[in-house]
Amino acid sequence: MSALAPASARTRTTFVRRNAIWWLALLIVLLLPQLARSGTSIAVLNQMCIMVIFSLSYNMLLGQGGMLSFGHAVYFGLGGYFTIHLMKMASGGGFFMPLPLVPLAGGVAGLLFGLLFGSFSTNRAGTVFAMISLGIGELIAASSLIFVKFSGGEEGITADRTNLTAFFGATFRHELQVYYLIAGWMMLCAWLMYRFSRTPVGRMANAVRDNAERAEFVGYSQKHVRLLSFMGAGFFAGIAGGLFAVNYEIVTEETVNLVSSGVVLLQAYIGGVGFFAGPIVGAVVYTLLQTLLSNYTEIWAFYVGLIFVATVMYAPAGLTGIIMMHLPIYRAGKLRSLALPYLRVGLPALCCAIGVIGLLELLHFLSVRAVGQSIKRLFWVRLDVDQPLAWLVFAALALGGFVAARRMAPQLVSAWDAASRHAFAGRER
Amino acid sequence: MLELTVFSLLNGLVYGLLLFMLSSGLTLIFSMMGVLNFAHASLYMLGAYLAYSISLKIGFWPGLVIAPLLVGVVGALIERYGLRHVHRYGHVAELIFTFGVAFLIEESVQLIWGRQNVDYREPAILAFPLFKLWGTDFPAYKAFMLAISIGIFIALLVVLTRSRVGLIIQAAITHPNQVAMLGHNVPLVFTGVFGAGSALAGLAGVIAGPSLGTFPGMAAVLGSIVFVVIVVGGLGSLAGAFVASLLIGMLQTFAVAVDYSLEDLFKAIGITTGQRSALSDLYTVTVAQIGPILPYLLLVLILIFRPTGLLGKREV
Amino acid sequence: MTAAIELVDLRKRFGATEVIRGVSLQFSQGERHAVIGPNGAGKSTLYNLITAKYRPSAGSIRLRGRDITGRKPYEINRMGLARSFQMTNIFPRLSAFENVRCGALWAMNYRYSFWRDVDKLDDVNERSLRILGDIGLLSRSEVPAGVLSYAEQRALEIGITIAGGADVVLLDEPTAGMNRSETEQTVELVRRMTQGRTLIMVEHDMSVVFGLADRISVLVYGEIIASGPPDAIRGNAAVREAYLGEEVD
Repeated sequence: MSALAPASARTRTTFVRRNAIWWLALLIVLLLPQLARSGTSIAVLNQMCIMVIFSLSYNMLLGQGGMLSFGHAVYFGLGGYFTIHLMKMASGGGFFMPLPLVPLAGGVAGLLFGLLFGSFSTNRAGTVFAMISLGIGELIAASSLIFVKFSGGEEGITADRTNLTAFFGATFRHELQVYYLIAGWMMLCAWLMYRFSRTPVGRMANAVRDNAERAEFVGYSQKHVRLLSFMGAGFFAGIAGGLFAVNYEIVTEETVNLVSSGVVLLQAYIGGVGFFAGPIVGAVVYTLLQTLLSNYTEIWAFYVGLIFVATVMYAPAGLTGIIMMHLPIYRAGKLRSLALPYLRVGLPALCCAIGVIGLLELLHFLSVRAVGQSIKRLFWVRLDVDQPLAWLVFAALALGGFVAARRMAPQLVSAWDAASRHAFAGRER
Repeated sequence: MLELTVFSLLNGLVYGLLLFMLSSGLTLIFSMMGVLNFAHASLYMLGAYLAYSISLKIGFWPGLVIAPLLVGVVGALIERYGLRHVHRYGHVAELIFTFGVAFLIEESVQLIWGRQNVDYREPAILAFPLFKLWGTDFPAYKAFMLAISIGIFIALLVVLTRSRVGLIIQAAITHPNQVAMLGHNVPLVFTGVFGAGSALAGLAGVIAGPSLGTFPGMAAVLGSIVFVVIVVGGLGSLAGAFVASLLIGMLQTFAVAVDYSLEDLFKAIGITTGQRSALSDLYTVTVAQIGPILPYLLLVLILIFRPTGLLGKREV
Repeated sequence: MTAAIELVDLRKRFGATEVIRGVSLQFSQGERHAVIGPNGAGKSTLYNLITAKYRPSAGSIRLRGRDITGRKPYEINRMGLARSFQMTNIFPRLSAFENVRCGALWAMNYRYSFWRDVDKLDDVNERSLRILGDIGLLSRSEVPAGVLSYAEQRALEIGITIAGGADVVLLDEPTAGMNRSETEQTVELVRRMTQGRTLIMVEHDMSVVFGLADRISVLVYGEIIASGPPDAIRGNAAVREAYLGEEVD
């Protein structure tokens, strides 16, 4: 879209294009349960949707605002606690409170606590902000084990979601109804958060992230801009927490603690914090890894950690960044030229991965096995841990794969260079 | 009452000096490289677990020497091949990186040693009560911990103020760029400091393991407290870290011994409180129960009212 | 008429060193005023004092009669004072267009609005496009500012500064690092953009100073040694001495 076109015309076409993505997303979300019929699949989808809202809210801080928080689960958890208390109070039809409205309580809680804690957290971004967020996170998590009447202590608080005012006849006993409730909130929240990023405050949040000093010199208080983002992030995290309460009918200290905060950071970063859709990708991928991988291995968290560190070191733009990197090449029609080089590097890399995974699984097996147990099932093969064969094979795969991949890498690099040159050559007119 | 005070003082001293051993390494790393090493507490955990395995195979005393060295090497490798690479993406990326490394180390420990508590014990030669006061024992092992901590403190003081390396480090703490321009191999110094700091953390784990317990959550328990210590003490100030370590060590130890709540205070004045409600927790909870959150309250208060910490000069 | 900016015995010390040593100066509304002086004279410090990047050790600053000493930068900007930076201070990850737009948002009263779509704000968008055209960056409007060339970033710097339509504009060495033709373009741009506004400029390039300024003040060792129209300054012996041959033909 040329910059020479008047602003309103330019706005019109991009508006249509942008809308199309949302309608498509809505369609997918509506049809998804058809693909995943079983109860467990719906449960996974529910978890995924909740995490999408949570991660998107987190990115209002990190990606949009440049604020690294280690305690975002505070608003998620507090939202959950307030929501579940509301559910308990409204249980039995005491007053008019249909279930779909309940997450709003979480949202309001998140907003107000965001205001409370944000009032002194948002003076600076950077390391100080991270430390304050850590301190508040620990404070609230520890408090939830102490102030037992509100939090239920270690056991948490439970409620029955089917016992509230019926919503057009639905009592949400059925998983599918819960899915549509959660998915509906997800679409709404995602759309609202996107719209927020396109408002003056949203744009200035980016500006403050890039250069807080300059933002002050064009009339904006960096603290006030950050505070508004912080409150918004708290609001949506609170809604996510409320949906968590609805879905699992229990809220515990785990919902509000540092592990939860760490997980949302992981998700957002792996997905890619520089893009609006990044946290969505991250939440989906993480939930899939968590639910699928845990069926096959006990050390799935280690693998996730490995992926995270690799992302921070070699792909800081995240999965979405990697995809977007290929977009210009795809547009120039040169994507196919990369297929063979990718294969040449990918296959040895896969062997290396198999080798490393094998070694790690064997190593783990050594520490958890019962006395006398020596057979481990891995990659559909039975392996004897006490014999050197399995170890040697995996070591060879790891080392050989690594060396071969390294040797093939220059070919991929030059193929990339050629494709990039072709893709960007057209622009320099 | 006196018995309680004396023992709390002793225990608080042991705990506080342990905190200092951890926070001194963290402060050195932060002062020189500007990065808050999230993985510091997990290196502490690694030290304890390594010492446990070594104590099983060879003995406690070899473990005391070898484990910190191993952890130091791990730290140096993290700096050389990880942190240095991420440095170009900025401070936030460095922080996220060390967070990821912390996560990875904790998962690795659970991968290798399992998720159960591990029975890392003090050596038999130290498993006796050193003295008995008013009927309570003070274990010899705690005295040993005290001795090692004080020894490290003195060694740190001597190295930093009297050796050439120490002077370079002191200079680099306040003026890192100038030091580089004076021709010192700053990358090597960085790797060395990171390794030394990690080794200190590992040593803290080796001696604390038998006393505080060696279990997968041990990094999480101490990790945040150490951050509170260095922020309260003042980022970049070793003296501040010392003061804050003792302060918080004493605070937590004494708080545990105080079994009074606001309600008791009210009763003493003559106010009676009514029935139980959701908010009644606020005044029925005892000081002992809120012990765990006192450091974080202190952190938040300091960050609001005195962001440079007690003795710090640098604002981050 | 009230002075646009009035400095009353302004002082600034860093530690034991007093860098600005009692500067009293008036900048009239609508005039183009240049502050010159040898390196280390304190021009940047003076500049940073007026724009609230630094806090004065003593003395006061008035903007159209209102005391702005010690106020925050954004408060001063909202009162109608905008500044550019010597070291390019842009928003690197935002596009050139977005950079300029950010400069205009507050001034055009959109403030902390979180309910309006910024792409639909025709007035802000049209003004931003116009300014982009004036600074010659229209063809680069979608490029992330961090990727622009040095000269383009300097132009963008000026664009952000004037986007808000502030009455008093402070430019810090706007032509630094530019070649002859770029300098001429920038001077023309500045002349056009500051029509009817008050301009205070710190500059080293004497041709720019003498070509653009209605009045010149000379700062040496933290003190103003001369202040007046260009001809008076040109002929001033003290100025000649201070500059030691840094004269224009």
